[in-house]
Amino acid sequence: MGQTTAEKIFAAHLRDEPFPGTKVLDLDRVLCHEITTPVAIADLEWRGKDRVFDNTKIKAVIDHVTPSKDSKTALQAKMLRDWARRHDIKDFFDVGHNGVCHALFPEKGYIRPGFTAIMGDSHTCTHGAFGAFAAGVGTTDLEVGMLKGVCAFREPKTIRVNLNGSLQPGVYAKDVILYVIGQLGVNGATDRVIEFHGPVVDAMSMDARMTLCNMAIEAGGTCGICQPDMVTVDYLWPFIGDEFASKEAALDDYNQWCTDADADYDKILDFDVTELEPHVTYGYKPDCVKPVAEMAGTKIDQVYIGTCTNGRIEDLRQAAEVLKGRKVSDTLRGIVSPATPKIFKEALAEGLIQIFMDAGFCVTNPTCGACLGMSNGILAEGEACASTSNRNFNGRMGKGGMVHLMSPATAAATAITGVITDARELN
Amino acid sequence: MKKVFGGPTIFLDRADINTDEIIPAKYLTEVTKEALKPYCLEDLKLEGFDPQGERLKNARVIISRENFGCGSSREHAPWVFEVNDIHTVIAESYARIFRQNMFNCGMLAIELPKVDIDTLMALRKEANGAVDVKVNLSEQQVVACGNGREVSFSFDISPFDKALVDAGGWVEYADAHY
Repeated sequence: MGQTTAEKIFAAHLRDEPFPGTKVLDLDRVLCHEITTPVAIADLEWRGKDRVFDNTKIKAVIDHVTPSKDSKTALQAKMLRDWARRHDIKDFFDVGHNGVCHALFPEKGYIRPGFTAIMGDSHTCTHGAFGAFAAGVGTTDLEVGMLKGVCAFREPKTIRVNLNGSLQPGVYAKDVILYVIGQLGVNGATDRVIEFHGPVVDAMSMDARMTLCNMAIEAGGTCGICQPDMVTVDYLWPFIGDEFASKEAALDDYNQWCTDADADYDKILDFDVTELEPHVTYGYKPDCVKPVAEMAGTKIDQVYIGTCTNGRIEDLRQAAEVLKGRKVSDTLRGIVSPATPKIFKEALAEGLIQIFMDAGFCVTNPTCGACLGMSNGILAEGEACASTSNRNFNGRMGKGGMVHLMSPATAAATAITGVITDARELN
Repeated sequence: MKKVFGGPTIFLDRADINTDEIIPAKYLTEVTKEALKPYCLEDLKLEGFDPQGERLKNARVIISRENFGCGSSREHAPWVFEVNDIHTVIAESYARIFRQNMFNCGMLAIELPKVDIDTLMALRKEANGAVDVKVNLSEQQVVACGNGREVSFSFDISPFDKALVDAGGWVEYADAHY
């Protein structure tokens, strides 16, 4: 019997199987941010175990609320900063260099095919786009990861999602993943890995694949995984050029992590997305999705473009293309947050920031901020936000606020009209 | 240290109760577990449920439905239960990270089939909400008492999860083994 990508990674990283079904894995990456790490740091200090297993495998960033908004967030940032300095963690990103973790770490080349990674953040599943096993964990798992470099998992079964056909212009990875979550349900992939296959994924950039994998958790999935291919190698080449003689050699090596033809799946789902329309969410769960047409005309108070789902350069390009030469409706506020400093600089160089500002958008520094209602664009009670983020839970962006999830293009079109709008119908 | 399980119960009769409802993100700026104490389930909108009410204050056990604890990975969700002396959750199913976080803290996330949760919900109605749950971990049995009546159910727990509860959590276990 062949193996799935996750099964291959589990086999290659197995440290211990203390009980049948429980697998303790060696970790290639332990990723940290300032919200979930400080309690782990304090606990390790209290236990007299203020150590790290390998300071080159730990990467840390201040991203959720940055620059700090008050004394409490300043303390969280300081605790992470002091700890990173104390343990000589070279890959630590502070104000001026920091960005949203799931955009920043891939951009730095830290995630490779076949890697294991954990982070105290549920959207860690994003990194599976590189053919890695990456899972969100709580602070205790993170703490043990920091100290020992291991994490325990029940080996997840894999759901294979085949995305067949080809996407229409104006339909994006976000629309695909919203649709797939609508089909799976918020509980449909619990304790499962979701492997994305098919010509639609093959044709996607790494940015788009990260959007797909980012939302695996919204169906309960442990990790979203794409197969490593030449698109993966091209993205990583600046970081792996001295490891391999050629791109072909890199691809040959990475192919070892691809799912076998006779792998055993929990379930195989086929979707032909050729006729897929842009989708948005309604209600308070990410599986409450509808075609934009059915939600068109819904009044919106704020548009938010950014986050670990859709704050990458391609996302900003798609939004700017819609916004170019147009103005934000005077009935709402537009906020854009490029996910990393590199993306911000690229957006400046390409003239995208100019387009956003000419349209009347507020451009913020890279941060998670408003996505989880922590800073930089919190809603008032009764307000609705058109957001490119990944969660629409009740109160997520501010108590009593409603969030509609959508693609950057749909969010941009909505910014112009003031109501939920299909970008393809603006012309 | 091994925790105490069981006691007065609060019922949250809805699926997909998420970690934003259990502890809103605005409180994630706290760096101690104790500071979370007043905010337990603050954003949960559920008929008959009052996050400031006596019933939650006295509760030691939560009984709920499917996919409990979905959403964010924040361990602040189990912590806010822990500092309010709620060490046991009984539900039809859990989100993976929440479930692991409970056991990692040495607490219990017990899974019972829908038919058993239905029975418990019926007992709740009969007892006007005054239900007391006893957990016998070694026998893997839950006994619920209300309105002078007792119902009992057996539950499964993996040897690893049991080892975590016995050790007092994952840090203690990992420290002893790795």
